[in-house]
Amino acid sequence: MITSKFEKEHTLRGVVCVKIVLRYNRQTELFRVLMLKNLSNRDNLTTLAYMIGILLFLVAAWEGLKWIGQESDYRLQLGPIDADLKVARDLNMPHLRDIWEAYREPAQRNGPPLIEVLLEAAVFTGKEALLGFTMGTVLGLVLAVIFVHSAILQRGLMPFVVASQTVPILAIAPMVVIWAAKADISDLGVPLIAAYLAFFPVTIYALRGLSDVPQTALELMQSYAANPLEILFKLRFPNAVPYIFTALKITAPASVVGAVIGELPSGIQDGLGGAIINYAQYYTSAPPRLWATNIITALLGILFFSVVALVEKLVVRWKANVN
Amino acid sequence: MSNTNSQDTLIVIQDLNKKFTSADGKVVNALENINLEVKRGEFISLIGPSGCGKSTLLRLIANLIEPTNGILTVNGHSADVARRNREYGFVFQSATLYEWRTVTKNVQLPLEVMKYSRQERAERAKKMLELVELSDFADHYPWQLSGGMQQRVSIARALAFEPPLLLMDEPFGALDEMTRERLNNELLSIWHSIPNMTVIFVTHNISEAVYLSSRVVVMSPRPGKIYKVIDVDLPRPRSAETLDSDGFFHYSSQIRHLLREVMA
Repeated sequence: MITSKFEKEHTLRGVVCVKIVLRYNRQTELFRVLMLKNLSNRDNLTTLAYMIGILLFLVAAWEGLKWIGQESDYRLQLGPIDADLKVARDLNMPHLRDIWEAYREPAQRNGPPLIEVLLEAAVFTGKEALLGFTMGTVLGLVLAVIFVHSAILQRGLMPFVVASQTVPILAIAPMVVIWAAKADISDLGVPLIAAYLAFFPVTIYALRGLSDVPQTALELMQSYAANPLEILFKLRFPNAVPYIFTALKITAPASVVGAVIGELPSGIQDGLGGAIINYAQYYTSAPPRLWATNIITALLGILFFSVVALVEKLVVRWKANVN
Repeated sequence: MSNTNSQDTLIVIQDLNKKFTSADGKVVNALENINLEVKRGEFISLIGPSGCGKSTLLRLIANLIEPTNGILTVNGHSADVARRNREYGFVFQSATLYEWRTVTKNVQLPLEVMKYSRQERAERAKKMLELVELSDFADHYPWQLSGGMQQRVSIARALAFEPPLLLMDEPFGALDEMTRERLNNELLSIWHSIPNMTVIFVTHNISEAVYLSSRVVVMSPRPGKIYKVIDVDLPRPRSAETLDSDGFFHYSSQIRHLLREVMA
């Protein structure tokens, strides 16, 4: 019982303190998951050091090859070695410094710097890729759930699912874009192509995860007289989650590729695909711009991958190797 | 002869047969003419060499598989109805914990399926973990536990919805001798603490069978048959003293001889 004003104040203060501690704990917990697991851990520091080392090595190799090419007039003759080094010319391999400079220069006369143009394009393409990634994941999961419950449908449909992946994406991209425009869903054209690339690994991995359940784990559910929906959500699906994340790590960057490829035949100018076509046309006069665009595209793919990997760490916390 | 309505009879098995068809089309008699009656509150062990069908018999009672013919009732219903009524808990040789669930969540699994309220789930899981002395590990994941601890969690899970019957398929077969002895004692104290709980326990360990059981069913292989049923008339509660007693030695050697006969 609270009897005096003094005690009341103290109790209130206590409650506030508890709240602060709780909030602090929650934040530190999140911080621990996000940062400690990724950075402060010595293994991860080593990984970071390796990454920087490899990056420096690639930079040195790139500029080194260019230097040797320049010094040897692009034909290296050294004892038994007789190498054509035309590949190291500025047209094929621009100086990294020039690529860096290209970002800061305006893409068009009196326009904003290239980096701004490319970042806007990356956001545009990123949205398409995200939509395609989401649609592909949902489609992939739905197919896997159908297949795990019906051997007949699995046998009947799987050949078509596999066949769909043997058709070159470049061959169907224009058709999909045109159909989408005719169906008045032209905004979905490019995401559909990204989804086309993204659903297949999800189907394959999720199907494996949904069916790779120990016999006794199933019998346990049977002993509870569980219905198929409970077996799906309490056993099969959680069991499949690590498998699904493996698939998503493949499909996340692939959906960026799908979006870029989808932009190529559709004449969409606002995305990275449009930028690639555009700067490819001016490649002979200004090669650094295409390289600059490619680097941004690669970074977008890496971003997609990293988000999936991070979500995996937050979700799949029961595995010994993750914790 | 049998009276399925009798208050103290839990399981009635009459002329039960189970045939399997193997991949090459051969028909194997897994169980032939099984007759057994189990009373409420009994602790029964099924023992026999591999191929005697002891696990098959347990899985028939659990309705995880269907008999070829014969009568099998559990708690007055068919095995199928008994399963749907959730009248038994099953413990497998491997703990079969769901690795993505913490210890508490694993114990709550049957309660979730059976639509217990959140509060009741939490209360029962807490009580069950106290029973198997794992309260301190409630929030651990299965990989963080030893094999013996995992099996205790699986026992807590099987008992969480308080079924009248506990079916155990070589639950301690994969554990070392020390752990096995400790878990035997724990199992007996759980059995004593729940009035009228019936246990059917499959094992290939003679002293385990004698130590735990009120009756030991010795089975013979190919085809699986009940060879002899031994009443184990040793005083309870059983303890380390039981293991040293003449009675314990007598029953153990009797069963060892029977097993030698069925293997011959």
